[in-house]
Amino acid sequence: MNAERRAEEARAGWAMTGPALAAILIFFLIPALASLLLSFTDFDIYALGDIANLRFVGLENYARLVENPLFWNAMGNSLLFVAIGTPLVALLSLCAAILVHSRWLSWRPVWRVALFAPYVTTLVATAVVWRYLLHTRYGLVNYLLSLAGAGPIDWLGSPTASLPAILIFVAWKTFGYNMIIFLAALQTVPRELDEAARIDGAGWLMRLRHVTLPAIAPTLLLVSVLTVAAMFQLFAEPYVMTEGGPAQSTVTILYFMYEEGFKWWNLGSGAAVAVLLFLCILAVTLVQLRFARRAGAI
Amino acid sequence: MRRALVTGFAALVALLTIAPLLWMLSVSFMAPGEAAQFPPPLLPENPGLENYRQLFGTYGVGRFLANSLFVSTLATLLALLFTVPAGYAFAKLRFRGRDAVFRLLVAALVVPGQIGMLPLFLELKAMGLVNSYAGALVPWLAGIFGIFLVRQYCLSIPDEMLEAARIDGASEGEILRHIVLPLLTPVVVTLALFVFLSSWNDFMWPLIVLADQQLYTLPVALAALSREHVQDNELMMAGAVVTTLPVLILFLALQRFYLSGLLTGSVKG
Repeated sequence: MNAERRAEEARAGWAMTGPALAAILIFFLIPALASLLLSFTDFDIYALGDIANLRFVGLENYARLVENPLFWNAMGNSLLFVAIGTPLVALLSLCAAILVHSRWLSWRPVWRVALFAPYVTTLVATAVVWRYLLHTRYGLVNYLLSLAGAGPIDWLGSPTASLPAILIFVAWKTFGYNMIIFLAALQTVPRELDEAARIDGAGWLMRLRHVTLPAIAPTLLLVSVLTVAAMFQLFAEPYVMTEGGPAQSTVTILYFMYEEGFKWWNLGSGAAVAVLLFLCILAVTLVQLRFARRAGAI
Repeated sequence: MRRALVTGFAALVALLTIAPLLWMLSVSFMAPGEAAQFPPPLLPENPGLENYRQLFGTYGVGRFLANSLFVSTLATLLALLFTVPAGYAFAKLRFRGRDAVFRLLVAALVVPGQIGMLPLFLELKAMGLVNSYAGALVPWLAGIFGIFLVRQYCLSIPDEMLEAARIDGASEGEILRHIVLPLLTPVVVTLALFVFLSSWNDFMWPLIVLADQQLYTLPVALAALSREHVQDNELMMAGAVVTTLPVLILFLALQRFYLSGLLTGSVKG
């Protein structure tokens, strides 16, 4: 009886996980691994027509990418997004979380939802909205700047302002997500600890530095790892707001991969870009983990 | 005093945050060309539905709205069908290889979906699924995140309850259907909400896999429309409202489920 039940349980286990595992294998893991193989071939529009035109080319795609200034431009842009965007988003979300966590705040749930709302909106729709908010002549952003006596900035039309413009949009869209994660971490910091430090005469900033921040250090790491990956994966933002321009200034790695693969149908070369993108995300994440370990955060 | 100050500041930050959304709504009711002034008007002079009429009449946005509803609903149902039993099995059923497979899934989470997009496209092309809804739906079947979410929730189900049902002679399938599933309602709602919102908002994959304009989902159609109508500010705002309002309302109605799921999801790492 018991052995029979055990066997049925095991059968049920595979029956229930089987469909999901098969789907993950066929539509996720195999394609991801196949990217590596594809990147060693010259798969292009001719191979798409007749597979007999496919050749194995070794590392040629990678060698060509390394010599392509447009690839390095995209890589540089993505690294800028990561280097500026990650601290920006992390800081904004932390500030928002501290504000919403404040003990002197009334109607907390209302503010929390309002700050989170941009995250659930449709990216393409809000990117269209921000394209008009950032309009040089009629945009609200430049209007507010003009009230402060600054500006007008040609946000989406100048190669130096376009990347910051997209970053402003990305920060607005995503800070609410990390805010929720920070809020959950802040709630685990015992109020008594903070209270004790206050009675001992520690000011707000001192308590933030010595009580709150050490307690949420692992969360800070989590948020920065997630944000780095998200910043490497920007695509729809430049696609809708700038089409990668002006002068290629907002072409990200993923945008470059999309154009290589689905505009020029250089699928071999596009796959090489995908592999490099994955290695970049992995490398930066490992550096972050090592840094955090040394700082004692985990 | 301090309370009023902090609350006032929070209100100001919140207002600034949702200002783009309010502005989008306001401009969508303006007459064509009205928003292109300096200083930019905040409210329409004669609010009207002209932009919406044009959007649905001339540009056939109703079709894209229906497409999006269809794809997102189906994606949600399929994702639930595939991931809920799997999540439960990984949490509660004992079978050889379970933990090893699960560890593999954890490791696979590091790989972003876009990495395999080009081979996936070729794979679906070979299967004849490119330029069809089936092609657009396929990534939602492979939701590792959903399996985690359900598994995490199932871990709290007491084993004695399942054992008792087994002693009473219930089969494993019956246990899942009649005992476990009713307990899972909150996490099923959370997961359904996640998949629905993500598939509704998704852009890159439908852009790649759906070539026929008749099949476009709202975000893909909106992106195409906005490239043609760069100057038609008010029309595009109406398009943005149609695209994003359904998910915004859905989120506001079910935010409790959404936020709790978000935390389970992020703590797993």
